[in-house]
Amino acid sequence: MDIIVCVKHVPETAEAELKIDATGKGIEKAGLVFDINEWDDYALEEAVRMKEKFGGTVTAITVGPEDSESTLRKCLARGADKAIRLTDPKFASSDAYATAKILHSVIKNLHFDLILTGAQAGDDGSAVVGPVLAELLGIPHATMVKKIEFTNGKAIVNRELEGGLEERLEVKLPALFTVQTGINEPRYVSIMGIRKAMQKEVKVMGLADIGLSENDVGEAGSWLRIEKLYVPPVEKQTEFLKGSPDEIATKIVEILKSRGLI
Amino acid sequence: MAEIFVLAEHRQGQLRDITFEMLTKARELAEKANAEPAAVILGKNVKDYAKNLADYAKKVLLVEDEKLENFNSEAYQKVLSHLIKDYKPLLTIIGHTSYGVELAPRLAAALNIPLATDCIDLAFEGEAFTITRQMYSGKVNVKAALRKSESYMVTVRQAAFQAQKPPTPLNGQIVEVPSPLTEEIVTKRFLEYVLPPPGGVDITAAEVLVGIGRGIKDQSNIPMVEELAKTLGGVLACSRPIVDKGWLPSDRQVGTSGKTVKPKLYIALGISGAFQHVLGMKNSDLIIAVNKDPKAPIFSFSDYGVVEDLFKVVPVLKNKISDLKAQKGIA
Repeated sequence: MDIIVCVKHVPETAEAELKIDATGKGIEKAGLVFDINEWDDYALEEAVRMKEKFGGTVTAITVGPEDSESTLRKCLARGADKAIRLTDPKFASSDAYATAKILHSVIKNLHFDLILTGAQAGDDGSAVVGPVLAELLGIPHATMVKKIEFTNGKAIVNRELEGGLEERLEVKLPALFTVQTGINEPRYVSIMGIRKAMQKEVKVMGLADIGLSENDVGEAGSWLRIEKLYVPPVEKQTEFLKGSPDEIATKIVEILKSRGLI
Repeated sequence: MAEIFVLAEHRQGQLRDITFEMLTKARELAEKANAEPAAVILGKNVKDYAKNLADYAKKVLLVEDEKLENFNSEAYQKVLSHLIKDYKPLLTIIGHTSYGVELAPRLAAALNIPLATDCIDLAFEGEAFTITRQMYSGKVNVKAALRKSESYMVTVRQAAFQAQKPPTPLNGQIVEVPSPLTEEIVTKRFLEYVLPPPGGVDITAAEVLVGIGRGIKDQSNIPMVEELAKTLGGVLACSRPIVDKGWLPSDRQVGTSGKTVKPKLYIALGISGAFQHVLGMKNSDLIIAVNKDPKAPIFSFSDYGVVEDLFKVVPVLKNKISDLKAQKGIA
């Protein structure tokens, strides 16, 4: 089974303090740690497990600047066989739609039985690239997938709905699935894997290599144009409790007592 | 007059809340943009829904078909493509739900209509159509303009707009549109719903919940917070990453893909406050959040906030409460 995994190199922001940059349209990247998008990490793991079970190849592909090489190296170290980095200054400011077009221009020439990617990215959270790519390729898709099985050349997938409910779908192959976190437990990178990955080649392609025009990519080829970023307004005015941990704990106890909670 | 379409969402015999949230926003936008709010309902035997929706919209487009009994994005895409080509709505609003995420991007790409997803606000400003959405798990808001077009599409976040009834029912016209589906969809088929496994603990019944998130760092730290929960007579709950890592079972998960809770006390420890989690707990009577990041979104939803390492606060707090209980026991 030949599987393509679309990955994104994103800053880890869950526990980081963010600052809006001077342009007002982005965040300050200095000091942030970049890694493979969390959802894509699960997609890659799922692909590698399938390869181990059924044979075939795993190709990791990304659209991003040169820095995203490290995310591809990680994919190679974790079991991907090939990697493709799509890098061009003209790709900057591409939204999810433009990104899907860039991916499509390359993937349409590759052989695959399955495409996996994360259900969304930790930075923009659009959840758009996967299904748009499936439309451009003319293959069926399913999003927010929590389980994938195969039977008679078809996939049976569980999709996550709301409130703990799931639905089971039968999907014809080749297909594209966007993977939800928790579908598996991504493995750690082994030293052996890192060594092997060093010997593998990352293929780099730019706008001139993929058969798209300038108008297809970047802001011109996008649906969305960012006007400004700002800190979200506060919904509820929090009263911050200050002091040493001991003083804070005392204050919390007083609050709980006054509410009859202890 | 051009329409603003709202795709009514329903499952297992119920219209979902987001439908009415979207209709409220659609009515507001329609007034400004000189357009007409129109509900679109697809399904099998859904005339009753259409009658209900007519109170909230000027028009209801009803498409009934056996093949629309359960949600299938491919069937929905075919029907909606047909309706959008026919009516050319100014805007189509779809929920950013498990259904909307499956449907909207592909539909927009197929029709070449600009789309913005997971929006928390929408506006027609002169010639432009702008949206507000969030990035970096709720830490930053973004205002963006969609590429100029005759028709736009958005998906909107659950609970972003408050559902309201129009002052008087709009008594919208119900238009029955014959289904354009000629053949069975074979590339993707709905098989069945899978219910969550019955859990051991019902967190929705608990009066006190101690919720933990990524900030808990390691599974070995869970007994410490469990102690705090027990001391308070409560139970442990969590955000999604804790379940993904397998540290707590899924019946402990609070949020859109887990449970919605409303305890008397919710203590959020090391939870950043992504909207998926917040939607599940923001109506708790009292919320106390502990997080190292002073800008964590959770603080925008808390009554009391503590910017501190949870590992420094939790043990002291637990001891103080135990001491107090011991004193009371003696008295």
